[in-house]
Amino acid sequence: MGVTTDGVQEAPVAAEGAAPFSRAVPGAVLEVTKNGLVVAPEKLVDLATYLRDREGYDYLSMVTSVDWSGYLEVVYYLYGVSQPKDALVLKVRLPDKTDPVVPSLISVWPGADFQEREVYDMMGIRFTGHPNLRRMLLWEGFEGHPLRKDYRESYYEEDFKPFKSRHPDGEHLWAEDRAPWKDNISYPVGWDPDLWTSPEVQYRRIMGVDEDHGNGSGIKTERILINMGPQHPSTHGVFRMVVAVEGESVVGLEPEMGYLHRCHEKIGERNTYIMNMPFTDRLDYLCSMSNNFGYALAVEKLMGLQVPERAEYIRVIMAELTRVISHFIAIGFLFNDLGAYFTPALYGLRERELILDLFESASGSRMMCNYMRFGGVFADLPAGWVERARDLVWNRLPRAIEEFEELLTGNEIFLARCKGVGVLTAKEAAAYSMAGPMLRASGVPYDLRKAQPYSVYDRFEFDVCTRPEGDVWARYRVRMDEIYQSIRILKQALDGLPEGPIMPPGKKQYQVRVPPGEAYGRVEGPKGELGFFVVSDGKPNPYRYHVRAPAFINLTTLEKMCLGHKIADAIVILGAIDIVLGEVDR
Amino acid sequence: MKDEIPEGSEAPEELKRNVFLTTVDSVYNWGRASSMWPMAFGLACCAIEFMAMMAARWDLSRFGMEIVRASPRQADLMIVSGTVTKKMVPNIVRLHNQMAEPKYVLAMGACATSGGPFKEGYNVVSGIDKFVPVDVYVTGCPPTPEALLYGILKMHEKVYGQSVRTVPWYKKDQLNEPLPVPVLGPDLYNLKDREALKRSLEAAAGRSEAVLRPDGQATE
Repeated sequence: MGVTTDGVQEAPVAAEGAAPFSRAVPGAVLEVTKNGLVVAPEKLVDLATYLRDREGYDYLSMVTSVDWSGYLEVVYYLYGVSQPKDALVLKVRLPDKTDPVVPSLISVWPGADFQEREVYDMMGIRFTGHPNLRRMLLWEGFEGHPLRKDYRESYYEEDFKPFKSRHPDGEHLWAEDRAPWKDNISYPVGWDPDLWTSPEVQYRRIMGVDEDHGNGSGIKTERILINMGPQHPSTHGVFRMVVAVEGESVVGLEPEMGYLHRCHEKIGERNTYIMNMPFTDRLDYLCSMSNNFGYALAVEKLMGLQVPERAEYIRVIMAELTRVISHFIAIGFLFNDLGAYFTPALYGLRERELILDLFESASGSRMMCNYMRFGGVFADLPAGWVERARDLVWNRLPRAIEEFEELLTGNEIFLARCKGVGVLTAKEAAAYSMAGPMLRASGVPYDLRKAQPYSVYDRFEFDVCTRPEGDVWARYRVRMDEIYQSIRILKQALDGLPEGPIMPPGKKQYQVRVPPGEAYGRVEGPKGELGFFVVSDGKPNPYRYHVRAPAFINLTTLEKMCLGHKIADAIVILGAIDIVLGEVDR
Repeated sequence: MKDEIPEGSEAPEELKRNVFLTTVDSVYNWGRASSMWPMAFGLACCAIEFMAMMAARWDLSRFGMEIVRASPRQADLMIVSGTVTKKMVPNIVRLHNQMAEPKYVLAMGACATSGGPFKEGYNVVSGIDKFVPVDVYVTGCPPTPEALLYGILKMHEKVYGQSVRTVPWYKKDQLNEPLPVPVLGPDLYNLKDREALKRSLEAAAGRSEAVLRPDGQATE
């Protein structure tokens, strides 16, 4: 297995002759391709168990699917967390497109839960053994599986942009005027609205309908279902959680999402490669620079581009500034949820403005920077930028973080509310595919910048911040410590910023040529491992484009962390996950 | 304010210093515009810029609007700040119905105005104004806080232009009916399409294959 310098892995190439792992799990690996191992569906669970227990692949990073002509493919990316390992890619091919079935891996890696539900929702692949397989991002009753290649949305014009149909005879025709209902709506033929009843989700599991429950003394407490969101001040957007409570204690919880599902992947597959860059800004809209970074890495890996040194340094500077913003906001809003309404968030927003000023002068936009390009960055830093950044990094930010420490860290109410709340052990955190501060706060020292350094991160000195406690307080502490480390990296990067070009030599291209292949580019975003899975078939548009959203997968443990706590703690636990709905729902 | 004391009559000095004459409209609108409470209702990226506008640099409390209410019952202004998805739009219409009159809606950003960059998406509504009446649109993706502030000042202008004699919420015959809440069917079902759907059902009844069109015609 080769590791390229940018930290994106080559798929494993097996030894000649026998299929890999054939001795341990005979018949599991059907074929070895350059993009991964093709696995027989019936042997998948056995192989996964073996890989987890014996080979050290204890981290299921990503589950997704690709709709090839002829078969559907489920793709699993495995890594090692306790011992950093390169990617092992498993693929299951399902020729039956009408009813594709694959065994669920939830028993091996519980972190597969939401990802498999998403695949079911988007691709229509059923996972046998999944306890709660229903729509994730769309609603029950929605017709079709949008990421199938034959799915056509109401405003469908052509498969790939730029659309030739936009100006047929020099006249512009709006998509609305073309669509049958003059709107982004299509009804199936023969659908009668009067006979329609929406399938209702019963929440039988969290309500304990099928089990006898009581507190042991024969007294039964009635379970009440509380619906929080999608419009709720503490859900950080349009997130909704359905909580079953007995008294004030949480006995079951189900996250409901998709209220901000903006069809990022479907639109991304119609777009050309470069057109996706501004869309990635809008994934995690607090950290647009990190998102750009991950997507650029994935496509550069496919294109085999070498990024000039100055551009690499600029990227690192931008990504670390973004991390500072994100953590300040995350901490501010955690305190919002704790009842310190808006004052800490105001302090965070104040520092954010200063960093956004830097972004605006470099990229032209405050929030949606759209700054990185394949092979470099969009524009060089303007005159005086480095001096302003230096002033911020050396003088302003250390003072700001000191202020945070003084005002917040020792606060007694804060400690009482956060210590011992929402505990995840190291083993659980890895099994549930947690990423970023969530994983490190549980004592797993896994940081992609160290474990598989991409860009120029291997040149900087910094520590991976961990805490052994695994509770909300540890997550707060890890975020604070990471701000210190980001400032440390920023100081080294600003000192070492070389002169030179910011794009590879050659003419700037609007349409990039991407050779066929698959790539998974991942960065350590502020929320965790942000991955972009790009499949190219040589055309100007990605064949498949998938985002591994850390906040989405981190939500898998929400129920586990909340069980047994009071409902007020559930808010705090959610706040400590630090979700951004643009990324959760995509 | 003009001095409107009739000629010949003389008001005492203290009264002159303490009594101000104005129209009911001015006071009424001044009060409403200066304490317009927005609803805490962040949808997407634009909500972050809305918060930036609340924060220190732009400071919305200069306009008496710093009290962001989580409950629609206490809010006067709904800022639709972000992409409106089909899954979310029934909730938005319901929230709008729950707001007490007088209520205003500001569509913030490209998505809320028209669907924006995500317009073609299968889960995206092409603008909130398909379901809820909008008073002010603010352009941008996302609009800068300055742009949003300008939109809010425009909203104030609109409030100042209203008269207590003509506003609909004091008219018995103009009582606002709650807006119809769209239904999540196989796709988002907009209740205004019911007639057309019924017509196309009838038209398709006799045919084996039919593609339905809103005018009730079935083709192919």
